[in-house]
Amino acid sequence: MSEKQATGSSVTGSQALMMALERQGVEVIFGLPGGAILPAYDPLIDSSIRHILVRHEQGAGHMAEGYAQVTGRPGVAMVTSGPGATNIVTPICNAFIDSIPLVVITGQVPYGAIGTDAFQECDTTGITMPITKHNFLVAEAQDLPQVIHDAFHIASTGRPGPVLVDIPKCVLDPKNPRSQLEYYEPGTSALRGYNPEKNIDGALIDAAIDLIEEAQRPVLYCGGGILKSRAAETLKDFAELTQIPVVTTLMNRGGFPDSHPLCLGMPGMHGNYTATTSMQKSDLLIALGARFDDRVTGNVEGFAPEAKIIHVDIDPAELGKVKPADVRIEAGCKEAIELLIAKVAERNAGAKIADQVKPWRATLDDWKKKYPLKYSQDSDSSVIKPQFVLEKLAEACPDDTIITTGVGQHQMWASQLWKFDHPYTFVNSGGLGTMGFAVPAAIGAKVGKPNKMVWAIDGDGCFQMTAQELVTAATERIPVKIAILNNAYLGMVRQWQEMFYEERYSEVYLSPDLPDYKAWAEAMGCEGIRVDGPEEVESTIAKANEIDDRPVVIDFRVDAQEKLYPMVPPGASNDDIVLGGDE
Amino acid sequence: MMTSSSGAMNKPAPTHTLVVMVDNIPGVLSRVAGLFSRRGFNIASLAVAPTDDPTLSRITVVVVADSAPIDQIKHQLFKLINVVEIRELTDEDSVERELILVAVSLNDKKANDKEAIQKLAEKYDAKIISESSQALVLAMDGSQKEVDALEGALKQYGIIEIQRTGKISISGA
Repeated sequence: MSEKQATGSSVTGSQALMMALERQGVEVIFGLPGGAILPAYDPLIDSSIRHILVRHEQGAGHMAEGYAQVTGRPGVAMVTSGPGATNIVTPICNAFIDSIPLVVITGQVPYGAIGTDAFQECDTTGITMPITKHNFLVAEAQDLPQVIHDAFHIASTGRPGPVLVDIPKCVLDPKNPRSQLEYYEPGTSALRGYNPEKNIDGALIDAAIDLIEEAQRPVLYCGGGILKSRAAETLKDFAELTQIPVVTTLMNRGGFPDSHPLCLGMPGMHGNYTATTSMQKSDLLIALGARFDDRVTGNVEGFAPEAKIIHVDIDPAELGKVKPADVRIEAGCKEAIELLIAKVAERNAGAKIADQVKPWRATLDDWKKKYPLKYSQDSDSSVIKPQFVLEKLAEACPDDTIITTGVGQHQMWASQLWKFDHPYTFVNSGGLGTMGFAVPAAIGAKVGKPNKMVWAIDGDGCFQMTAQELVTAATERIPVKIAILNNAYLGMVRQWQEMFYEERYSEVYLSPDLPDYKAWAEAMGCEGIRVDGPEEVESTIAKANEIDDRPVVIDFRVDAQEKLYPMVPPGASNDDIVLGGDE
Repeated sequence: MMTSSSGAMNKPAPTHTLVVMVDNIPGVLSRVAGLFSRRGFNIASLAVAPTDDPTLSRITVVVVADSAPIDQIKHQLFKLINVVEIRELTDEDSVERELILVAVSLNDKKANDKEAIQKLAEKYDAKIISESSQALVLAMDGSQKEVDALEGALKQYGIIEIQRTGKISISGA
């Protein structure tokens, strides 16, 4: 369309919307039409943009998130007013807390009807104000090209996040004179209250290196900001130059290769002993794009008591929000790390720092050997351990396989046991903890990276929340693979009730057989397989990996008693890590 | 959350005064007020009006100091796309005013009440802008402290109704 419609031509709002989206390079929209957004769906037919018709608007949002997380480009979702908009509120909130660039377009009742409780009216900008980086209510068709440009600019720069554009029907509807406009090329965003460019004070880089040169037990505490700023390679350079060990938070799994000798893995409530304890005993935390989340710090007063802190974040509101920092650097991780590398080189300090951390590294290597993650799949047992499934899956899949998860035990096991050696291969719901994320996120990820294998590791509770999107996947021929670790429980809640509520199980039992996951998968156009015993695990995974023309769902019947360890009990200090088993 | 700053009786909590310049567009006050409530920042008073630049509104917001570090409040505020500029004003480098309208009862009082109130008004530089046999309405502008003092002094006569604007503030000359 953009080739046919030149600047200055008279178009309708809905045409202008499509032109503006095409201009942004949008290749796919996840959405579901309805009354108020209907006019936008007409020029979509003639557009170059692929539309994926979801079965529930929440699916559209999570797909857009999965797409954004693996491609680094904003995910786009389009839904109607009222319930369409409210159904996508959860993904918007998820994207907000995990800093995922999204542009969500919602239909709205005609401008004159706003405030009258019209059919399918809801105050969408009001509802999403606290959970968007910004939102717009488009008053005039003439504003559309600039608003769409600004929406993408805001969503994808600085600390990324979701931006919502609410468009009244009259602005889109060709039958309404209000929708007429002269199309124009939007100018660069003239948002005087928004400037994502950062100037880094060189003195802060010097101050940071001063601390690093003094430190005996430094740790690079690396969060999602590493991936957001495309800094994985730069981080590797810095870690190798200084030989400082790296912990990767849940939002940064894959941001530093797990197989690298400097990698300690995930810290926190369900982190491994070495990663969690390295931070506790550290004398210098170099926090890069991490926000001292409570699931990482445990009890904040007891967190890393001896550590000085260098905190790098593109969002100045994060600096010192939870823990005061000795050096605060307001910058994107990539830029900041590049400056740190240059400064180390300039001072010729690399070898000295590396030498100084040798004893610390030896200690950490000892811990790694002494306190590995462990579980046992007894050879004579007929019960499948969930960890065993993950191990066999990891063995059978290419090492750049994209993993998505829901939220709960299965999510933590996936994060702990999978070896993530590539950035943008782990997609999960970190901050909000959104159950049901895995299936739609996997679909979005596969759309973004069609040549990569995509496995959703899911729980049975999570699967039941958004499984209907497998109809979308089957219809659109998006061959994602789903491994349900079916323990017939809301497993994480069950574990808390076992540990902290004296085994008084309240409303956590789900049944392994209801629904029949195999039959359900088949009804949705997928290959459905059920695995009852450990001996079938490998062969079934091999079979699933052969299927590339439709989605596959495997119902792994796993041990309902298995608990997730290590665990720092809620509210406890990270010193009180519980290793589980025989300790 | 949005409480008035009637500090006449209680000792007022320490506050910060922020001047927040925002795009003059619909919904912007809601964005600013919503941010304060969801982050748990307590507002002591808030005044908002357009400026000489019709595209900008100026908000003077007085924040309860112990509800959050002032840097955190400023950084979170500045993340709002429609917030263009934030300045923190201190007593030393700024001048402030607040306006109070107060109706005081003349019913069931001693005959010399009216005279006493008139004297009070004179003392505090307040104007009587409306009067009847039942009530006097006083208007006064001054610093928050001065307004607090007038309010306190009038209490004994029976306040029927009171409206304060909240503080507005501007850099000193």
